[in-house]
Amino acid sequence: MSRNQDTHRNGLEGPAPEERQRPVGRRNSQGIRIDPEVEAEHEPRRTIISAYVADEPGTLARVSGLFHRRQFNIESLTVGPTQNDGYSRITLVVEEPDPGIDQVKKQLNKVLPVVHVRELDNEPVARELVILKVDGDEPDKVQAITEMYDGETLDAGPRTITVQITGDEGKIDDAIDAYAQFGIREIARTGQAALARGEEETARVDETHT
Amino acid sequence: MSDVPQQTPQETDAADAGPEDIETGADAVVRALENARVEHLFGVQGGAIMPVYDALYHSEMNHITMAHEQGAAHAADAYGIVSGEPGICMATSGPGATNLVTGIADANMDSDPVVALTGQVPTEFVGNDAFQETDTIGVTGPITKANVFANDSETVGETVGSAFALAKRGRQGPTLVDLPKDVTKGVAEDDPGTPELPETYNPPETAEPEAVSEAAETIASADKPVILAGGGVIKAEASEELREFATEHEIPVITTMPGIGAFPEDHELSLEMAGMHGTGYANMAITMTDCMLAIGTRFDDRLTGGLETFAPDAEVVHVDIDPAEISKNVEADHPLIGDAKAVLKQLATAMPRSPAADEWREQCQQWKDEYPMDYAAPEDEPVKPQYVVEAFDDATADDAIVTTGVGQHQMWACQYWTYKEPRTWVSSHGLGAMGYGVPATIGAKIAAPEKDVVCFDGDGSFLMTCQELSVAVREDLDVTIVVLNNAAIGMVRQWQDAFFGERHMASQYPWIPEFDTLAEAFGARGFRIDTYEEVEEVVEEALAYDGPSVVDAHIDPGENVYPMVPSGGDNGQFALSEEQL
Repeated sequence: MSRNQDTHRNGLEGPAPEERQRPVGRRNSQGIRIDPEVEAEHEPRRTIISAYVADEPGTLARVSGLFHRRQFNIESLTVGPTQNDGYSRITLVVEEPDPGIDQVKKQLNKVLPVVHVRELDNEPVARELVILKVDGDEPDKVQAITEMYDGETLDAGPRTITVQITGDEGKIDDAIDAYAQFGIREIARTGQAALARGEEETARVDETHT
Repeated sequence: MSDVPQQTPQETDAADAGPEDIETGADAVVRALENARVEHLFGVQGGAIMPVYDALYHSEMNHITMAHEQGAAHAADAYGIVSGEPGICMATSGPGATNLVTGIADANMDSDPVVALTGQVPTEFVGNDAFQETDTIGVTGPITKANVFANDSETVGETVGSAFALAKRGRQGPTLVDLPKDVTKGVAEDDPGTPELPETYNPPETAEPEAVSEAAETIASADKPVILAGGGVIKAEASEELREFATEHEIPVITTMPGIGAFPEDHELSLEMAGMHGTGYANMAITMTDCMLAIGTRFDDRLTGGLETFAPDAEVVHVDIDPAEISKNVEADHPLIGDAKAVLKQLATAMPRSPAADEWREQCQQWKDEYPMDYAAPEDEPVKPQYVVEAFDDATADDAIVTTGVGQHQMWACQYWTYKEPRTWVSSHGLGAMGYGVPATIGAKIAAPEKDVVCFDGDGSFLMTCQELSVAVREDLDVTIVVLNNAAIGMVRQWQDAFFGERHMASQYPWIPEFDTLAEAFGARGFRIDTYEEVEEVVEEALAYDGPSVVDAHIDPGENVYPMVPSGGDNGQFALSEEQL
């Protein structure tokens, strides 16, 4: 009992907090070392992330649960089958600072059925579909707007007209604004689906995953 | 153990004839575990898991029936920590599975290798709110590394094997297989073979050589280097490599709480643990360092305190097998993704020279002298908990295993015990699950029957799972459980003292059982400590007793844990007393 034989015990002592050495540097709240003169917090940015996944029960639940659990700010999520049986593509639009986008990718990669994850930069081909139902009081004007946005009328009755518009997010936002004058009854938007442009592969997939 | 018959000549013949034929999914599950060389299982019987238990009837594996499924999960977790092999826990559907949840979440937070096997209602009833049905896959999704609903009798064995491999390989963690009763009862004939990882899972091994060279140069050029060793060092069996690297280059070593034991605490380069209740010297060094080699740590907030003030001068070299840990909390200047053992070897080879850090080591020594771990122990006051911890440390072997519950006692057990070997510190770190102590003690002793196992528990923590004492008695485990009894949820009371105007809302026990008597009722030996004079004799007798013993140590109820960094605070500003908070 080496320590216990000490009859002389002083308790914890030592210089008080204000008397101690202090470091020079500082980190920000994201744990990144910063120049104390410059407050460098990362600004959130919007980006598209594409995940190529094996179709297993619960994969989508795992992915969406991951976003909820880790408090990632998700704008839209679309999912659908690919040309390869048993594999789907999930397209996510997220708005996060760079470290958050990095984490999104890394955490997605940890979900076992996820085969490949990448951020689609370099202007990917991205499209969204919206179905809108407006009041049918002014069918001619509605038709004119629909033509302007290369849309299609899906259903027209005495009281309502339902149209579809496809396009990038900005075009869809503009179209919705234009239809607002007629009185929008309901909107269903799909969220974005996207692929990398040109020859570039959206997902790195080897022959075991096709 | 009543369900495992004693070995008779007839049984030996059966063993000689080779394993039983596989006829059902349950047989395949059991064979998969046998193929994985599983020796012990912790669980509780129940309706939906009965086919699997029935298939265990002739197995040589040792099933330990726990009092509660939470106990099974914690015991499996501790078994995994001590043995390095995944611990297996089993439960039935519904309440059985949900009772495992705390233990699974605990294993997940600490990356402990655990395989949970849960019964499930027959697939035709799934989704109908059948008797004892719970969406176990849904419930455990966020707290497992992987979980699978088994839907095929023929492949269920391979599924279990794969869960075992996944729990062990890469970043370790808990996995779960949900086993519907019709699947385990259904026809299966093939031997599932040895555990195999899914094709898609390829954990990294060695780090990029170029990144290793750059990191080595950074470490060699540092003036104030430290190594921060996390639980990943122990999980990767890299303690030996860590010791060699640190002593070769004379770099002081700090550990995280799960990293305790990765480096001997009596070594002159050891600064012990940093963080909320870390040593003053470790917290000074971690704050002032200019280069941190962090290995196998996820930079938990109890370690870092506020990120703004965490090692703000340091270039960080971060070694981790999980890429998602890189720059999750603390930005890594040099990420080295790979197995800690392999990367430490790479680093050792790549080091161009040792850092010139004589002055820094002197500084660290000065902090050790300035802030020694100590406590006042006037003889006229009740026994100090730290004294009891030291007394047990002195009376046990160097490789004795310490298990704990969660609370003040846990902190005293890590501050005042000198850990020298990996896999000797078994505790609930990330989840901080009170009640971990007693079942973990069972799992630890089953994993290392030849070692001394001492559990430090709190009265609050002990009361949460003391029913598992019945298992320790039934299994005749030679363990010592020391309840550092201050008749309170002490850590909460400490925070109420410090931050809630001493309003002790729901933290004090106005009445508490006599734990020595309670132990006797369970069939264990009970001891009691009230004064310093009794300590030595009780320690000796409790350790000498060949079976489970419980020491009810009535400690100073006013004693609090220091040093302390308030939550989100600055590690370098640790308080030595309440006045400094």
